[in-house]
Amino acid sequence: MTIHEVPQKRLTTPFYPRLTELDRLNNWHSWKGYTSTDALYDPELEYFAIRNSTGVFDLSPMTKYRITGPDSLDYINRLVTRDMNKIKPGRVAYAVWCNDQGQIIDDGTIFHLREGEYRLCSQERHLPWLVSAAIGFDVSIVEETAEVAGLAVQGPTSFSILRTLGLSGIEELKPFGLTHFDFEGSELMVSRTGFTGDLGYELWIEPAKALALWDALFEAGKLYGITAIGTHALEMARIEAGYIAAVTDFLPAELTVRSGRSRSPFELGLDWLVDFKKPTFNGRRALAEEKRRGSNWRLVKLDIDGNKPANHSYIYTKKNGKRIQAGFTTSAMWSPVCKQNIAIGTVNTPYGNVGDTMQVEIYYQREMLWTRVMADAVVVDKPFWDPARRRATPPGNY
Amino acid sequence: MSERFDAILIGAGHNGLVCAGLLAKAGKRVLVLEANDQVGGAAVTRPFADGYSVSSCAHLLYQLQPAVSKDLGLKLDYAAKKMETIALAESGNHIRYSGSEVDGVSDEDKKSYKAFHKRMSGFADLLQKYFNKTPPRLGTKDKKDLFTLAQLGFDVRRMGKTEMRELLRLIGINIFDETEERFSNPALKGAVSLDAVLGTHLGPRSPNTIMTYIYRLCAGHGAVSLPSGGMGSVTQAIAQAARDNGAVIRTGVRVKRVVVDNGRVAGVETEGGETLESWIVVSNAGPKTTVMDLVQTRHFETGFIRRVNNIRAKGNAAKLHLALDGLPSFKGLEKKDYGQRLLIAGDSDYVERAFNPAKYGRCSTEPVMEITFPSVHDKSLAPPGKHVMSAIVQYVPYGLHDGWDESAKEAFKQTAINTLAKYAPDIADKITAAELLTPLDLENEFNLPGGHWHHGELTLDQFLFVRPVGGAAQYAMPLDGLYLCGAGAHPGGGVMGAAGRNAAREILSREK
Amino acid sequence: MKTYDAIVVGAGHNGLANAAFLAKAGLDVLCLEKNPYIGGAAVSLNLYEDWIYSNCSYVCSLLRPEIYRSLDLARHGLQVTPYGGGMTFMENGDYLGAYWDSETRYKEYSRFSKHDADAYERYSADTMRQCRFIRDFMMRTPPDPTSFKPRDLMELMAIGKKFYEMGEDRMYDTVRFWTQSVAEYLDEYFETDVIKTALSGSGIIGTALGIHSPGTAYVLLHHYMGEVDGNVGAWGFARGGMGAVSQAIANSFQSYGGEIRTNAGVEQILVKNGKVTGVALTSGEEISARVVVSNMDVKRTFMKCMDEKDLPEDFLHRVKNFKIRGSSGKLNIALDGLPTFPALPKGSPLLDGDMHFIDSMERMELAFDDWKEGTWSKDPYVDMLIPTITDPTMAPPGKHFMSCFVQYCPEKIEGRAWTNEERDAFGKTVIDQIAKYSPDFKDLILHVEIRTPQDIENEAGLTEGNIFHGELTMDQLLFNRPVPGYAQYRGPVKGMYMCGSSTHPGGGVMAAPGANAAREILSDLKRQNTVPENFGDD
Repeated sequence: MTIHEVPQKRLTTPFYPRLTELDRLNNWHSWKGYTSTDALYDPELEYFAIRNSTGVFDLSPMTKYRITGPDSLDYINRLVTRDMNKIKPGRVAYAVWCNDQGQIIDDGTIFHLREGEYRLCSQERHLPWLVSAAIGFDVSIVEETAEVAGLAVQGPTSFSILRTLGLSGIEELKPFGLTHFDFEGSELMVSRTGFTGDLGYELWIEPAKALALWDALFEAGKLYGITAIGTHALEMARIEAGYIAAVTDFLPAELTVRSGRSRSPFELGLDWLVDFKKPTFNGRRALAEEKRRGSNWRLVKLDIDGNKPANHSYIYTKKNGKRIQAGFTTSAMWSPVCKQNIAIGTVNTPYGNVGDTMQVEIYYQREMLWTRVMADAVVVDKPFWDPARRRATPPGNY
Repeated sequence: MSERFDAILIGAGHNGLVCAGLLAKAGKRVLVLEANDQVGGAAVTRPFADGYSVSSCAHLLYQLQPAVSKDLGLKLDYAAKKMETIALAESGNHIRYSGSEVDGVSDEDKKSYKAFHKRMSGFADLLQKYFNKTPPRLGTKDKKDLFTLAQLGFDVRRMGKTEMRELLRLIGINIFDETEERFSNPALKGAVSLDAVLGTHLGPRSPNTIMTYIYRLCAGHGAVSLPSGGMGSVTQAIAQAARDNGAVIRTGVRVKRVVVDNGRVAGVETEGGETLESWIVVSNAGPKTTVMDLVQTRHFETGFIRRVNNIRAKGNAAKLHLALDGLPSFKGLEKKDYGQRLLIAGDSDYVERAFNPAKYGRCSTEPVMEITFPSVHDKSLAPPGKHVMSAIVQYVPYGLHDGWDESAKEAFKQTAINTLAKYAPDIADKITAAELLTPLDLENEFNLPGGHWHHGELTLDQFLFVRPVGGAAQYAMPLDGLYLCGAGAHPGGGVMGAAGRNAAREILSREK
Repeated sequence: MKTYDAIVVGAGHNGLANAAFLAKAGLDVLCLEKNPYIGGAAVSLNLYEDWIYSNCSYVCSLLRPEIYRSLDLARHGLQVTPYGGGMTFMENGDYLGAYWDSETRYKEYSRFSKHDADAYERYSADTMRQCRFIRDFMMRTPPDPTSFKPRDLMELMAIGKKFYEMGEDRMYDTVRFWTQSVAEYLDEYFETDVIKTALSGSGIIGTALGIHSPGTAYVLLHHYMGEVDGNVGAWGFARGGMGAVSQAIANSFQSYGGEIRTNAGVEQILVKNGKVTGVALTSGEEISARVVVSNMDVKRTFMKCMDEKDLPEDFLHRVKNFKIRGSSGKLNIALDGLPTFPALPKGSPLLDGDMHFIDSMERMELAFDDWKEGTWSKDPYVDMLIPTITDPTMAPPGKHFMSCFVQYCPEKIEGRAWTNEERDAFGKTVIDQIAKYSPDFKDLILHVEIRTPQDIENEAGLTEGNIFHGELTMDQLLFNRPVPGYAQYRGPVKGMYMCGSSTHPGGGVMAAPGANAAREILSDLKRQNTVPENFGDD
């Protein structure tokens, strides 16, 4: 028998040839073993493409599972905390799934492709958990990461680009909707989803048609400022949108080694995703108990004084006139579009109520000199960036 | 919809009946549903050949908890009490033991056995106390849990420095090393080894077999008795006690599923299509069967299911029943000896070698056996002048490598009879009928998961706080209204009744 | 005549580490070694031309970094280089590679099962959690659970607290982990036989148990809790062979003014009026000391080097029944060149690591069945390494040294001593097994040293050749090691201490027993402690 040595190099996505053509920096990193770009020519300018025209991001390495079978709805309903009965075919749901201790294993999006047919997308891989969860259900779970190529097409001109591409009826697609088109004889799935908090879509297609789709898309976007972007720009956009990221803002519970390092949905401000009307779902008993007893942690969005980003900063609060440590930031940046110093962090309860002023300890460096400042930070509840165009249906022409 | 009960019990095994009896005694309206035509579960007496009857699964009584007898007011008739154990030697020079006395060995070994038996019985007394309690949950701030843990710690310390040290040293190790350390007589080592491994998927060299040995002594310190009319009479007595307390027992009714409504138990549906309502359902079936088949996994959370799915239950004990024209002639046995408990255990290496093939899904080529001739004591079991032999034969894996079929059964039956013939050369001529129940047969007939006596291997990783699984060791399953009361729950199997009694107490305290 | 503050009997790594910490505290310490060389079982010997053999212990990972740092071993010449790679050859011509890089390992495991490739992460986190739980206790003296002394109670509370902090769910996992067999533990994560097989080896190395024996999951942990520069679970080579470890500790010891005498076997540890007075050498010379520390295993210490009448009866009884079973053999081979393995692509980095030749759980367990019958495994579990790929100092350029650790190999053949023919047949078994996967291997062999447990006992002084100085079963771990009631390094005679691997936390080139014993001795002598605490939260 001939044995093929597994490649030790990073894998490449179907869009890799186009990305390398555009790449001027040679800044790549590994995303679950795939070659993924930090930035192709300038992260800041790429970021502005998202906010000003359209950024295109290759999200093919996203872990994808196809869930089918007669029990698929019951299965997913038991898996995630929110009520999936409400997610009809053609709809997409953001969801989290927990272990029995009510701790988040991961978050992700679930696409209800057709009646009884779902795709689950997440940052991390979860096959053993999904398989264990399937014991006693008539479902099939297939990992299809390499079988589906994906592009995020995000920004105010994205609708115009897709319309130019010839996707008729795209104007009717509402946020968190999905629809299918024919693209050169293959099925192109388009969902109005994204990780940028702006108007945007995600396009999903079989790898064989990936380059043709890219070319058609860029042709259609020529006049609309279409720009390929890397992870750095996307990361900036997602913090502005107030979205949390696995591994950065929380840790997948099954992979934490130390106790108390994982988080429940309540502790991440995702109460709205937990539906106790469902009689059974993973984590229900523990979450009900947490609801009664109170949570240990709370996620905060912070609007911080000044302009020095509060990366890896301690968050303080006042207790009986004394300053005490309450938590730490997990994501932070200067927001170019909001002109705000923003951060996502986690603090111990009962601190961090919306409207509270806390202090953030920031270290910054100018020409080798390190300076420490304690900056006031107000806890806010809305996303930092939330333009109306994000929700408008039909979206406006830009 | 029909009448409503306070509690429905699935399965009229001894634990189910004990639980039902005690719930009924506390004034609950209790219904027991049994799939088979008679009550008793794995403790039943039934015919296996024309005119011959036998305790078809469990065949000796040694662990019935006094607390159970007391609470239910059981009065049992015994055909034989405190039976002697005779470890058979091919030569006919057998050794015998009963209580802490052993015969046929050197004085050193006699002394050593006495000390050994005393120490093990001491440990058994400690364990027995906790067998009759609900295991505490770990890591909670619940006062009751913390109290039980503290009490356990205190009881262990109270044994004194030496005994405590010995307990901590011995609890995790194997019987092989301990017998090597203590005894010189190979037959004694073999017999003690067999006592430790009966009913398990372990060999004498497997760590954990000291624990299974102690388990055996938990009530009466290993004294073995034979109830009149076979084991079925024990369960009949318990069933009668339950009925006297007002429990309703229906046989021949197989439960199809537990009805779950809005995240809690609401009753059961029978194979016959009948729906019976109750807010409490207590299952005497195995934990895996209960959770996966009777209730269905979708009503539980995934981590729990994962744990339940990992419960190991690999039965290795088969039952061999022989209908005999007359008693076979065992070398070195007198007439009265046939009424005792006979072992074929060789030495500890013999037992270990018997275990080896079981690891690979194959039967022992030279099996170990625990043999009784119940008809010696109890004439009701066989036609006049005829006899019945009932033996537990090990190791016979539930998951036979090539699968069980008639020829595999026939082949092993022959192996077992050939092994017997080494001790009783004329046995083959006396056999008029033979029945072999493999663990697979035991599963089918008695609903024992994996054909395993204990509904789940009795090892430290499936014991106490983590039996059947961690977080659900308190009889209440993580589905409101669902309870376990069988051998799969703490403390485990054997005709002990502790699980049923503990479950009843737990139900009464939770469901006021 | 001079009276030493302390004599350490045996210059193994633990003896030397113990001596070094005592000397560092200012004590006048003499370390005695029966062999002409120091190191015990951590030695580099020149047994064939210009080859250096790590002929007993062969890889390094468990050596506590606290000790490494505190005794300044780097400056004293120790350099440990981690290695990646390793593989399990399969009978069907395939192999399972063990890649250092997690994504490559994912791809490799995915060839067999995507499920298992994913499951590895959870397996790894769960195992690491257990490592973290136990590792804190490596550099601590086990408490006596029967004692009411404040120190014991506090230590017990500390263990209890750490256990409690894991949270309910993980406490159950811990209870199960400590009592499970490695096979059952792996069954809960993986579905592929060869993946389970490859991971299960660590559960039986040096142990007279099979993969299905309860308690072997802990043995796996014992091999996982090491680290090389924070890469937990990684293993490495000591540059210049394992003797470099002992040599560096010896250098450190000498830098603190310690004295080492080789060719100085101890005949008897001398006791007078219930108190240790010194030792008598095999040469008849007597040396006096206020404290005697034994680096030898407990059986050798108390049954061979002490007078029975000086020992409590129950203690001696436990020592006699201490389980210290020979279950491993060793082949050390000088090679004319690097053997080729046709299953592997040329230049595969996998060659850097441990190679194994058993590909099923059934074969693993069958290997144990042979041992139970008193013979070596006819299809053994071999942990084979070619250290010279990483460390060129051990053989002439282009030539190689191969180390084969073999499980299982009994101390006696069916209860009697090994014959030379049997030793050769044992060697042939191993060589044939490797040659099945490497056609040119046999032709490259220049010299073979075959070591049965009996040989290891004769040379290194390990009773029955047991590499851990005693089985790692629950009755011989923590406060039960070596003997319940005597787990705090103090012997039953005043002034007498134990510092070998028979004591907590056990074997492997860890040096923790030596360090822990030193802390107890220094505390008894009311001297300042020189033994470091563990680094914490790793």
